[in-house]
Amino acid sequence: MATLCEGFTLCGLVQTQNASDSPIQGIELDEDSDHAVVTDSTRSVTLYKVSDQKPLGSWTVKQGQLLTCPAVFNFQTKEYVVVSDNKVIRVWKDEDLNLDKAFKATVTADVWRVHSAPGGEPVVLFQRGAVRFLDSLLSAPQQPIEDVLSEEEVIRWSASIVAEEQHFVLFTTEQNGECCLYVQRLNPNTLQKYRLEREDSGASPLSFSASLRDKHLNLLYLYPNGCVYQSVVAARGYVGLEGVQDLPRSLRLRLPVGEGELGAASAVALDEAHVAVVGVPHPSARTGKDFLCIWNTNFQTLQAGKEMAGRIHGQVWCYLGKLFVPHGKALSIIPYECQKSSLASALGKLRHTGIAVSKSSVAVPSWNTLLHGDQPQGPTKIVETRKSKLSRKSQSAQALTVDQVLELIKTGPVDEVQREVEVLVSRGDAQDLQLSVGQLACHLVARSQAETAFYTPVALAQLVQTQFLCHSVCPGLLLLSLEHKDYFLCQLCLQLFPDIPEVVTCACLKTFISVPDGDVEMVSLEPDSVSFMEGLVAAGARGGQQNGFSPPLFEEDSCDANHQPKPPQDKKNHTLQLEACPVGLHKAVLLNEVLQTPYSDNFLLPHLKDLDTQQVILFLQYLQFVYLKYSQDVYTQTAGLRSPTMTQIIDWVCLLLDAHFTVLVMAPDAKGLLSNLQSFVKSQVKLFSELGKIESSLQELHKMKLSKDISQYSIEVIELF
Amino acid sequence: MGEFKVHRVRFFDYMPTAIRAMAFNAHTERLALGRMDGSVEIFNFADHYFQEKVIPGKDSRSIEALCWVGGRLFSAGLNGEITEYDLENLRPKYSLEAYGGPIWTITSNSQGAHLAIGCEDGTVKLFEVLEESIQFERNLDRQKGRIISLSWHPSGTQIAAGMMDMIRVFDAVSMLTTVLLVDRGFGGSKSRETVVWSVVFLSDCTIISGDSAGKVQVWDGHTGTLVKTHLVTKWDVLALSVSKDESSVVVGTSEGTVIQFQFIAPTLQQQQDKEWVRTRTFKNHTHDVRALAEIETAIVSGGMDTQLVVRPLLEKFDERSHASALRKIQFPHRNLVFCAKKAGLLLFQFPGQLELWRLGESDGHGKPGDSLPLKRKPEKLLHLKRKGEDHICCSALSSCGGWLAYSTMSSVRLYRLQTDNNDISITKVPKLPKILRSAHQLCFSSDSSKLFAASSQSSVLVIALSQSECKYVHTLKPKSGSRQPIHLMTNSVDGKWLATANSDCEIHVYNVQKLKLHCIVPVYGSCPSAMGIHPTTNNLTMVHADQQIFEYSIVEKQYTDWSRKLQKQGLHNLWLDRDTPVTHVTFNPKNPEQILLHDMHMFCIIDQSLPLPDQKTQFYNQMTLRSLSEQERPSHLHAFKICKTFQDLLSVSLLDDQSLVMVERPLLAITSQLPAPVRQKKFAT
Repeated sequence: MATLCEGFTLCGLVQTQNASDSPIQGIELDEDSDHAVVTDSTRSVTLYKVSDQKPLGSWTVKQGQLLTCPAVFNFQTKEYVVVSDNKVIRVWKDEDLNLDKAFKATVTADVWRVHSAPGGEPVVLFQRGAVRFLDSLLSAPQQPIEDVLSEEEVIRWSASIVAEEQHFVLFTTEQNGECCLYVQRLNPNTLQKYRLEREDSGASPLSFSASLRDKHLNLLYLYPNGCVYQSVVAARGYVGLEGVQDLPRSLRLRLPVGEGELGAASAVALDEAHVAVVGVPHPSARTGKDFLCIWNTNFQTLQAGKEMAGRIHGQVWCYLGKLFVPHGKALSIIPYECQKSSLASALGKLRHTGIAVSKSSVAVPSWNTLLHGDQPQGPTKIVETRKSKLSRKSQSAQALTVDQVLELIKTGPVDEVQREVEVLVSRGDAQDLQLSVGQLACHLVARSQAETAFYTPVALAQLVQTQFLCHSVCPGLLLLSLEHKDYFLCQLCLQLFPDIPEVVTCACLKTFISVPDGDVEMVSLEPDSVSFMEGLVAAGARGGQQNGFSPPLFEEDSCDANHQPKPPQDKKNHTLQLEACPVGLHKAVLLNEVLQTPYSDNFLLPHLKDLDTQQVILFLQYLQFVYLKYSQDVYTQTAGLRSPTMTQIIDWVCLLLDAHFTVLVMAPDAKGLLSNLQSFVKSQVKLFSELGKIESSLQELHKMKLSKDISQYSIEVIELF
Repeated sequence: MGEFKVHRVRFFDYMPTAIRAMAFNAHTERLALGRMDGSVEIFNFADHYFQEKVIPGKDSRSIEALCWVGGRLFSAGLNGEITEYDLENLRPKYSLEAYGGPIWTITSNSQGAHLAIGCEDGTVKLFEVLEESIQFERNLDRQKGRIISLSWHPSGTQIAAGMMDMIRVFDAVSMLTTVLLVDRGFGGSKSRETVVWSVVFLSDCTIISGDSAGKVQVWDGHTGTLVKTHLVTKWDVLALSVSKDESSVVVGTSEGTVIQFQFIAPTLQQQQDKEWVRTRTFKNHTHDVRALAEIETAIVSGGMDTQLVVRPLLEKFDERSHASALRKIQFPHRNLVFCAKKAGLLLFQFPGQLELWRLGESDGHGKPGDSLPLKRKPEKLLHLKRKGEDHICCSALSSCGGWLAYSTMSSVRLYRLQTDNNDISITKVPKLPKILRSAHQLCFSSDSSKLFAASSQSSVLVIALSQSECKYVHTLKPKSGSRQPIHLMTNSVDGKWLATANSDCEIHVYNVQKLKLHCIVPVYGSCPSAMGIHPTTNNLTMVHADQQIFEYSIVEKQYTDWSRKLQKQGLHNLWLDRDTPVTHVTFNPKNPEQILLHDMHMFCIIDQSLPLPDQKTQFYNQMTLRSLSEQERPSHLHAFKICKTFQDLLSVSLLDDQSLVMVERPLLAITSQLPAPVRQKKFAT
């Protein structure tokens, strides 16, 4: 959230004759962060101490002379610099009293601005677009200054930005309603020109604001229709591109403008998410435009607003957490605070701009078009043209394009479709496949759903294996494979889709559990998962090592050293002895896939209730089997093999018990199972509590200083003082 | 001040033996401590717990219990004998066969007129204490089963005896016995007999017992009924001790805990109805607590882990002070290591043998903190087993390394050592003078021409040594007529002076050339724990058990100026607060200003040329000095330079080549040689 604090007045303002002109030319900082150098629109420069709201010094040029550029502070020489009458550069120090006696130099061309920033030399920008360092200019004031801009071109705004090693001067120009951004890099000097996109109304921007973020120059500009755009220019990795480039823009904010267009308004970026705007109406108080507002551009929300009495000249400066706004007869300073919006950070949805740089003209596929891909429009066309270019280079003439294959799918026989899809999948590169695979799959599924006889398991499996598919792209695929009892495809989908809805997961589970073992055993499944399961089942036969689990004998709570574990005589223990796997091997493999599917328990729980008691018991038995195996066999957790984790198993047990607890309690065949589970869980809880104790001891050991291993005898040297 | 090359020696496998019994004499404030090897140690609790006497053990002797009768000390053991000790000559005075098999316990009545012993054959035997001996009086009713523990009623008319599965109360007047049956343990130990390891009989006829089933039981002696059972441990309750006012009982268990029970009212309202309530648990031992004594302000405990622990009861102290700190006595307060400074040899004294080692060598040089590469490793030259049953009580090595002597209670042996290159030959010197029967202390003169042997009644025998023979010269006798044994003896480098200190805190200086007493140093209230004669000035430096340091000029027969200045200004509190006595004083012949001292936890060089620290001075300042620059240092220097790099020190000496020998015996190494405790710390419990 952003907040505007209570403001205060720095100084009063004298109204100029022309009421539309602002009485202030510019506000700059000097080396003391509490100082502000205010240049008025006529003849004087005043240095203020901000916290005291008091002027520390004031300098004025003679009557008849005019300051044409805001005074700046040269951070390197600790001097102030101002330009009077466009051509006379004046340099003076804090202790100088009279500006007329200060150092003067007259240059040959009209100066637009002098820019200075901490860490960089002051730079002089001429009205015709040339840029000089102040130092070099002052050493030879009469040097010729070249024209960079064309006759009609006028500078509207300029800024200078100093990055770690680079120094930029940015300025925008206007010519016949066309706006351009010039980025002048210094040392080495390069100039790049960008053309701003034209707004529909043909209006030119009201204000600009530039900032450096993530090694990108961000330009924020406001149009009279209330649109705030952002453009990004890479600060580094610059390649000397010739000519004028189009500067892509993104709409960050659409401000409510009320009636008419904005007149004097200004927007300045505060951080990556917040923009301060003056001269724009407050959306809930539609009376005037005299507001200072902070907007969050990520959420398009107004975060803070403040009415500024009196006329606003569309000027705002932002320095060190303070906004400087001249309004009415006063210059106000309003401190602000911007925190990252907690919602945004909580959801991890803070957008990091700067990745979409101007050069990246590669079209990013839109999910919308992909999902509703029945009427492929603009983007797909681009893809196709690129596609065709590619195919021209590398493909044989016979190979069909995506469109052709899509046509084929609608009518063609199974074999041909299979073959063509295979060809298409095997030759395409990743970028293109991502777009076409979804379409292919959707078409295939659509056809299969329409014609029961049409089913292309191999093609579908191939498409899934490209890993470019997900459930939302092709929602019917998984259910279709279930329908056709294509368990291999099911497994693939479960493994590779990250977004399977819980209802579908449950449907899979239900199908897998109720399918007869015989049906599944013949199906070929993914070999790794099968070999994992084989290993797990075989482990019991070897009578694995006991890992902390001992058959329950908890009537006495001793953990003494002399405690002899009793031989397992209790009846209960028999049931706890490892049983054979309650389901067949392949069925178990499929169930494992379900276990590893991501889910949200809130959504899963209602669907779990659809299982009938026998299924629940069987599934629980299976889960218990896997859990026992895990806790007893050390080596089953083979690295590399995809396998359900202990936590997943426990979570599923909990979910099942939650969903069916009352039923299970009543069911007589579940009784043994539940009591076994209980005793086993009890033993595990005990084990973990012991582990907890060990942990703290070991932690202590960790803290212990490693004492030097001193041998039986050594000769050492000591020094006493 | 400078760098020192240090021989850091850790190959002395000194191993103290477990504490088996203790008895505290409240009158003299002496604690007698019996160890498993049969040795008896006397600690003076009035003088900073100083170990003032050690009676060496003997193979055949075992001590199960100790008991004071007035100033006389008796012990009884499983060899079936009762022994009375001669505390002046540090030897058993006589031993008496009790004819009852092994004796488990011995106790005297409060009047000090009778001793009762409990025997393996089930008899309780009463002995009358006579002036010079004891005399068997009678047997009480013979019982089936051994008598493990005994306790007299303060009136002296009744005795409670702890046996197997029962306690019997004998009435000495009516000759009646009452039987109290003790429960067995639970579970598996049900089949095993319960051993009543300890009983106490209080004046209100309450009997408190501790047994092998881990119970502390309170009985009413009038009715013979069990009042209360406290189950305090899963293992044995081994020892019990009652405070003098009978308001508190402490219990020692096999777990190493000491548990206190107090006779208090459970609620504030009913102050009359007092009962025995378990109040505090102390855990200062890792092994069995076999011996316990509750004294006025502290609980003293000892056991299998060999250390003596004095745990002050904090409610008896008004403020936190030196006296209220926990104290552990781990090392003996006397020297077991002797160093031949010229020859670079070390002699280690064990109860059963002597070991002679030659130190290693290194020709490297290094920065402070470095370990130098060894050119030659240390070498064990000799392993000399003692003859006979008696344990070695003292030994000596001449500084040239040519003579070695040791003494047991019954004999003194002198050996001539000859080392050429790597061969060592040892020849026993035959025909020692008859008068030389045993010695409390031995020492050679620095030119190895004489052997001094501390004999009875603080006298010193002077023996002249030569290649061919050894000859008795003279007996130096103190004028004071003290009967106490000498526990410290030192002589001067020029061979002129010999100083002795005895347990009466007297220090005598003899002129060896004239063979007569030169002077007596004014007696100070605390026992000297270490002393040495300066090689050039012949000043005698003494450090006492209360940590005070004195320097006495032998020639001028008065305290030196430095000593007076030190006493006037007082020692730094941090020095006085140390809880182990200084056990060795030596000097640096190259730098006469320096006195080298050490106790168990530190090594100190006193530079007499530097200002003495006052209470505001930072006392342990070596780290600070190290961080200061050369210019700043002098303003921060003071006389006490203390080095704590070396811990668990048994000996520090300075060889003639200016290198130091530090003999360390890490307590961890001792602990690791102990048997496994019954209860090991498990996880974080």
